[in-house]
Amino acid sequence: MSDVTVLDPKSAPPQERPKHRRNLDLRLTGLLGVLVVLCIVGYATRPDSFLTEANISTMLRLAAAIGVVSVGMTFVIISGGIDLSVGSIVALAGVWMTTVATQSYGPVVMVLCALLVGLGCGLVNGLLISYGKVVPFIATLAMYASAKGLAERLSGRRTQVVTETGFTTFFRGDILGIPVLIWMLAAVFAVGWVVLNRTTFGRRTFAVGGNAEAARLAGIDVRRHTALVYGIAGLCCGIAALMVVARTTSGASTNGMFYELDAIAAVVIGGTLLSGGRGSLIGTLIGVLIFTVVGNIFTQNNLDTDIQNIAKGVIIVAAVLLQRTTTRRRAHAT
Amino acid sequence: MPSLDRRRFLWGTTAVGTAALLAGCTSNESANTAPNAVAGGSGENTQPGKQVTIGFSAPAADHGWMAAMTKNAKAQADRFSDVTFKATEGTNDVNQQIGQVETLINDKVDVLVVLPFDGKALTEVGRQAMDAGIPVINVDRVFDTPLAYRLWIGGDNYRMGVNAGEYIVSQMKAKNIGNPIIGEIAGIDSLPLTQERSKGFRDALARAGFSVGPRVSASFTSESGEQQTANLLQSASKLDALWNHDDDQGIGVMAAIDSAGRKDFVMVGGAGSRNMMDLIKADSGVVKATVLYSPSMASSAIALARLLGQTKGIGDMAEHDIPASITTYSAVVTKENVDQYLDVGFDS
Repeated sequence: MSDVTVLDPKSAPPQERPKHRRNLDLRLTGLLGVLVVLCIVGYATRPDSFLTEANISTMLRLAAAIGVVSVGMTFVIISGGIDLSVGSIVALAGVWMTTVATQSYGPVVMVLCALLVGLGCGLVNGLLISYGKVVPFIATLAMYASAKGLAERLSGRRTQVVTETGFTTFFRGDILGIPVLIWMLAAVFAVGWVVLNRTTFGRRTFAVGGNAEAARLAGIDVRRHTALVYGIAGLCCGIAALMVVARTTSGASTNGMFYELDAIAAVVIGGTLLSGGRGSLIGTLIGVLIFTVVGNIFTQNNLDTDIQNIAKGVIIVAAVLLQRTTTRRRAHAT
Repeated sequence: MPSLDRRRFLWGTTAVGTAALLAGCTSNESANTAPNAVAGGSGENTQPGKQVTIGFSAPAADHGWMAAMTKNAKAQADRFSDVTFKATEGTNDVNQQIGQVETLINDKVDVLVVLPFDGKALTEVGRQAMDAGIPVINVDRVFDTPLAYRLWIGGDNYRMGVNAGEYIVSQMKAKNIGNPIIGEIAGIDSLPLTQERSKGFRDALARAGFSVGPRVSASFTSESGEQQTANLLQSASKLDALWNHDDDQGIGVMAAIDSAGRKDFVMVGGAGSRNMMDLIKADSGVVKATVLYSPSMASSAIALARLLGQTKGIGDMAEHDIPASITTYSAVVTKENVDQYLDVGFDS
C-alpha cells in the first residue's frame, strides 16, 4: 500500500512529487474549472448582478459558517472518521450563547460560551470514539440527537433574538471594508491549512487515517490524536455557531440543519477520501464555494429550490465518479 | 509522578471551572414575554356553569407559532373556574398523537380539542371520539371529513395571501409605481398551506395587473430565511415590495435585509409575531405590515369547547348551537391599528 508513504511526504525526492499528490493537484484543477464554469454561467445569465462586489460578498458570507464546519470535517474525515453531529453542535452552541443569562454577561462571554460548548461536544465525541471504542458513525449520531435535544430544551424551541448589540455590531460589521465573517472564514482556512500541511499534528492526522495500526507502531498516540481531531471539529462548530447567530441575529435549535450533509458533501467533492488518509483543505474550500455559487445562481435566475437540490445531487455524484476514476488510474500506476 | 499529578489537577480544575461557567449560562428567564391572547366572553356565558373537562392534543411546540397555540389554550382554560384542562405532551409523531387522543377518549373527557400534526392521519381517531359521543373541535389542520369533528376552527391561508397582496397593491398605487417589482419569500413549498398563501398573493396582485417577481422558499426557520433572503436581495437590485410568509423565519429575513442595507422597498410579514408588530409600531425599517394567522384561535377553541360542554351558544348569534365551522380572519396589521393587535402577537 502506498498509504504508508503518506507518513512523511517530505521523504520523497523533492523534484518528484508523490503520485497521489499529482492526482490531487489534477483533481483540484478540475474542481477549480467547475467553479469557474459556474461563475461564467452566473455571469452570462445575470451580467448585471452576479459578479458585483455586493453579490460576491454575500456568497462568501453565506459560505462562511458551512465553510468553517467543513474545515473541521476535513480533519475528521482525513483521520479516517466521520462526524454526523456538526449541525446539532452548531445549534446547541448558538442556543447556549444566546440564552438570557449568557447575553447578560456581555459579548466576550457569549463568544467564549459558543467556543467552549463546541469544543466540549467535540471532545466528548472524540473520547467516546477513541477511549470508549464506539464507532464514529454511532458516537456522533448519538451526539447529533442529544445536542439537538439539549438545544431544544435550553431554548424551549424558541428563536432567541440577540439583544446584546456589542456582539451583533462587531460580527456583522467590516474590517478594512471586508466583512468580519469573511475574515474569520479566511483565518480558519489559513490556520487549518498550516496545521494540516505544515505541522506534526497534520502529518499525524494523515497517518492515523491512512493506517491507524501503522501509525500506532510508528509511535503516535492514536487515541489521543483522534480525540483531539474531534475536538477541532467541535471547535469549528462553535465558530460557525457565532457566525450563524451573527447572521440571523438569533440562536435557535433549528440552526445548523443539514450542515453535516452539506459539509460531508463539500469535503468529498473536494477530493478527500471518505476512507481517510488523503485529502485537501483547498479542495474542501472549492467544494463549499461550488455549492454556494450554485445556490446563488438558482436564486439569481428565480428558479425553484427543488431543482437546486437535484443539481446538488448531480454534482456530488459526478465528483465521486471523477474521484473513483482517478483513484483507479493511480492504482494502476503504482 | 508529582508533575503528572499537577498536570491532572490543572486539567481537572479547568474542566470543572468550564463546566461551572457554562452551567451558569443556561438560565433563560426572560423579563418580557408576550401576553397570552385570551377571549373575553360576553353576556351570561361569562357566568360559571357546569364543570367541563377539556382534553387537548397538539403537535410539539417547535416554533414560536405552535408554542403560542399551546400556551394560549392553557391560558384560556385557566381563566375559567368551571374548566378542567387535560393537555397531552405535544408530539410530531402522528402515531403517538393518535395514542394520546385515544387515551383522552378513554378518560371520558367532555370535549376534545385536537390540533393534528397531520389532519388526514388523525381523521379516524377524530371519528372514534365523535362516535363515542365526545364532541371534537378540530383546530387549523383540517380532518378529511366533517364527520370527524363537531366544529372546525382555523386560519385562512388563501386570504392571508390575498390580504398581503391587496395591501401591497394599495401601497404601490399610493406611491404611483406603475410596474413594481414584487418579491416573495415563501415557506416550505411542498405544503398545501404555502401553496394556498402563494395563490392568494398571486391572485390579488393579478387583479391590479401586477405579478410576483423574484421568489424564494425558506423553511420557516430564521436561518433559512436569512440565507434565502440574502441571495434574493442580490438578484433583485431593485425591489418595490416584499412579502414574507412567516414571521418566525422573518427574524432571519430582517437580518439579511439589514446586512444588505436595503431600505428601498415595503415589506409585509405573515402570522403576526410580537417582534414584527413592535417593528411595525416603531416604523423605522422596511416592515410596514403583517397579515395575521393568529394563534389566538387556540384560545377561541378552548372557549368554544367550554360552551359546547355546557350546551350554550355564542351570545350574539341567533343560533342556539355553536356553528360547525369558523374561519378566523387574516387581518392586516399596520402602524395605524397595531395597538389593538399587540395582545395577539406571539413570541418567535
